[in-house]
Amino acid sequence: MPYIPHTPDEVREMLDVIGVASIEELFAEIPDSLRPKSFAIPHGLTEMEVRRRLERLAAKNRTDMSSFLGGGFYDHYVPSAADMLLARGEFYTAYTPYQPEASQGTLQAIFEYQTAVSRLFEMDCSNAGVYDGGTALYEAVMMAVRHTRRKKVVVSEAVSPIYRIVLATYTKNLRLTLVTVPHAAGGDDMAALTQAIDAETAAVVVQNPNFFGTIQDFTSLFSTARDKGAVSIIAGYPVLQTVLKTPGAMGADIATAEGQSLGLPLSFGGPYLGIMTCRKALVRQMPGRIAGRTKDASGRTGYVLTLQAREQHIRRQKATSNICSNQALCALRALVNLCLTGEEGLTRQAALSIENTHYAAMRLCCIPEITLLNRDLPFGNEFTAVFPINAKKIVRALVDEGIVAGFPLGRYYPGLENALLVCCTEKHGRDEIDRLARKVEKAL
Amino acid sequence: MSTVFAKSVPGREGVWPEKPRTEPVDFIPEGLLRARGANLPSLSELDVVRHFTRLSSKNYGVDSNFYPLGSCTMKYNPKFTEEVAALPGFARLHPLAPQLPGGGDMVPGALEVMYETEQLLCEITGMSAFTLHPMAGAHGELTGALMMAAYHADKGHAKTKIVCPDSAHGTNPASAAIAGYEVVSIASKDGIIDPEALAAVLDDQVAGVMMTVPNTLGLFERHLPRIVELCRAADALLYYDGANLNAILGKLRVGDAGFDVVHLNLHKTFGTPHGGGGPGSGPVGVSERLIPYLPVSRVAKDEAGRFSLRYDYPKSIGYVAPFYGNFGVMLKAYAYILRLGGEGLTRVSENAVLAANYLRKRLDDLLEVPYNRICMHEFVSSAERQGKNGVHALDIAKALLDRGYHAPTIYFPLIVKEAIMIEPTETESKDTLDGFVTDLREILALAETNPAAITAAPVTLPVGRLDETHAARAMEITDDLG
Repeated sequence: MPYIPHTPDEVREMLDVIGVASIEELFAEIPDSLRPKSFAIPHGLTEMEVRRRLERLAAKNRTDMSSFLGGGFYDHYVPSAADMLLARGEFYTAYTPYQPEASQGTLQAIFEYQTAVSRLFEMDCSNAGVYDGGTALYEAVMMAVRHTRRKKVVVSEAVSPIYRIVLATYTKNLRLTLVTVPHAAGGDDMAALTQAIDAETAAVVVQNPNFFGTIQDFTSLFSTARDKGAVSIIAGYPVLQTVLKTPGAMGADIATAEGQSLGLPLSFGGPYLGIMTCRKALVRQMPGRIAGRTKDASGRTGYVLTLQAREQHIRRQKATSNICSNQALCALRALVNLCLTGEEGLTRQAALSIENTHYAAMRLCCIPEITLLNRDLPFGNEFTAVFPINAKKIVRALVDEGIVAGFPLGRYYPGLENALLVCCTEKHGRDEIDRLARKVEKAL
Repeated sequence: MSTVFAKSVPGREGVWPEKPRTEPVDFIPEGLLRARGANLPSLSELDVVRHFTRLSSKNYGVDSNFYPLGSCTMKYNPKFTEEVAALPGFARLHPLAPQLPGGGDMVPGALEVMYETEQLLCEITGMSAFTLHPMAGAHGELTGALMMAAYHADKGHAKTKIVCPDSAHGTNPASAAIAGYEVVSIASKDGIIDPEALAAVLDDQVAGVMMTVPNTLGLFERHLPRIVELCRAADALLYYDGANLNAILGKLRVGDAGFDVVHLNLHKTFGTPHGGGGPGSGPVGVSERLIPYLPVSRVAKDEAGRFSLRYDYPKSIGYVAPFYGNFGVMLKAYAYILRLGGEGLTRVSENAVLAANYLRKRLDDLLEVPYNRICMHEFVSSAERQGKNGVHALDIAKALLDRGYHAPTIYFPLIVKEAIMIEPTETESKDTLDGFVTDLREILALAETNPAAITAAPVTLPVGRLDETHAARAMEITDDLG
């Protein structure tokens, strides 16, 4: 049997030591009445057969397209060295580093990851990661609820609807009030958001760039939140963060992000990485693993999981969260990717993404029937184009040409059925963008 | 070893893309741009490769070391599954693709994998339906607790409490609390749940009872049929924590036994790697009566054999994850299940239980084994006897590290003093098990004759025991803080 090494002789010897006649005797405590009614799992296959089957299934998916689909999940270039390093068994077959002396590799990497993302967002500190950007935002809201002991959460409608639906599921049971402030033509409605923050508000939640691709400054909103005793939460986009005004500079208390763009494959939605950073004053409310630096008895520097009194294996039902996974391998991948590209490489990635996106916007806007949802608001790696017809029709027409034109917004924003969210990364060539524009024009 | 930041040399070229023709300020007003640099490292590709290769050498992993870590099933992770998950037809798939018009047609292979994985997990556990969305075991617990809440609310009787035995994993009470429940703990008797203790707390406010079978002592819950009866009578749902599923594949299906909700840990039972603390995957299975409350989306197959994602379930608890769970992880588990087949999975549990009992018998003259009877895939021993020489479970764990073993789980479950929880798994050879016994015997002998040699461990690793109190107080949690 694959992966089971025991020979019949060895099984015999082991049974003799145990003092039973057969393996079945070891299961004697399970009564007949509890034995499986069926266990109709197909016969095992060889490695080659399984691979063939999976290769056939993979080939059914259409991943050979020229894609402008983003919405918070982006196809950036990943250096080959990242894949090679992540394939090291010492990293990926290790367990959670509860035995620090035998886990310094994982622990130092987590510490370095925490440093890198804290610097990226100009925040004081970071945890070792949570499941993904959506759960990071939910955990941030829960930090704010615990910190303020308030129950109202103000969320901009320009925050990713994909995150907001997750937030709605989790908060439903906890009797929190979610107040959603409508977006204003692709921008955040700063006046309405400011107005919505009152003495009952635990947190105000925004995103930059927001779901429409718009870039804004939330400094004044966060200042109001502070005055009212509410926590400011902002979801960011790590690749653009070397370029954009940071959450820290805007005065945010908690900054979260989807870390997928830092070297993780799109992989149909996971595994991803939830980035969580915060001000030092909130660190004890932070869920998840945190690595800290310390020394051993002979003065050697080492790393341990720290502040564990927040966590479920110590605090049980009084823990800050039930989470006991930090997507460690995903955090390592993000760190390795950040180190390989470095500050200059990441800045170029950001600048090229912005450049290509503006080129695409310019090319599309040369087509008379197409406008931007808001021509006055700056954008970064993604923009919202508005067509005279339903954007779904454009997408459908272009799929036949091997192009995924973008994400039609009607699904999440009634009234914006004609709007299409289009993203570019450094991987898009100008010829590819020109082709998009030509095919869109043809489809109109 | 210095941090990657200390190695940075400004201007050193890494894996850079081409130089852009423009600058962000050409498009975005200066006030919206970053004022200062991020101070990320500047390193050559070799600098980075060497740094992380050296870091990796400071880790124990299953590939390099025996990992008898109770409650976490650290079995061998087959290599071909890594390649399967990295196939471009899967790895390049955008999660929003199926939400595009006609998008289902772009991802049929992925939906088929998800559908089949759900079917296989249903057959393995005897549950009626599965969701693959939860991204780890604890996430599955929370999903399960939310479904239990939805079920009771829907019946017009929202309840307030969840019962956990005192041997439960810490995530059980934490997940129940986060779903809004009050947690009631019940004491075990003879290492397993005492039906009378359960009956005493099962009032009409109990929404559910969370169990691990075999439990965290590695013992089969002999009173399971009675517990099922009691729960049915009280309309409390029975929850199965799948952390220990590796013991019962093909021997017991929790659905047949009467459980209503189960979460599985694909990274424990189905051979996907732990990654140093994730990514995991925690699919949740339900009995017939909980199907309406499953999270959305759900994978459906029509009569023509076409797959699609459906969202039209009015009683659903909603979205527990933005998309479809950790797809990359479920691919590996799917490949693992196909590779082993039904017979192979049964053999997995048989050999896991065989190995655990073998180790228990080889060690029970040296270490106290509080419940020294046939165990399932793991057993809990105690270093209480060694305590009189000043040698504790922690010391024995560290001495094992020195000899090239990852330590067993210690001080868990909480109900055994000086607990050392050992789970060898089915993938370790008898030679490895025998070597472990020899080394552990030597450690325990030293604990009698020269306890200082054990309490000083580890001495062969990059660092000795680290000052955790200092770490918590100094709070140096980035290179810039502290």
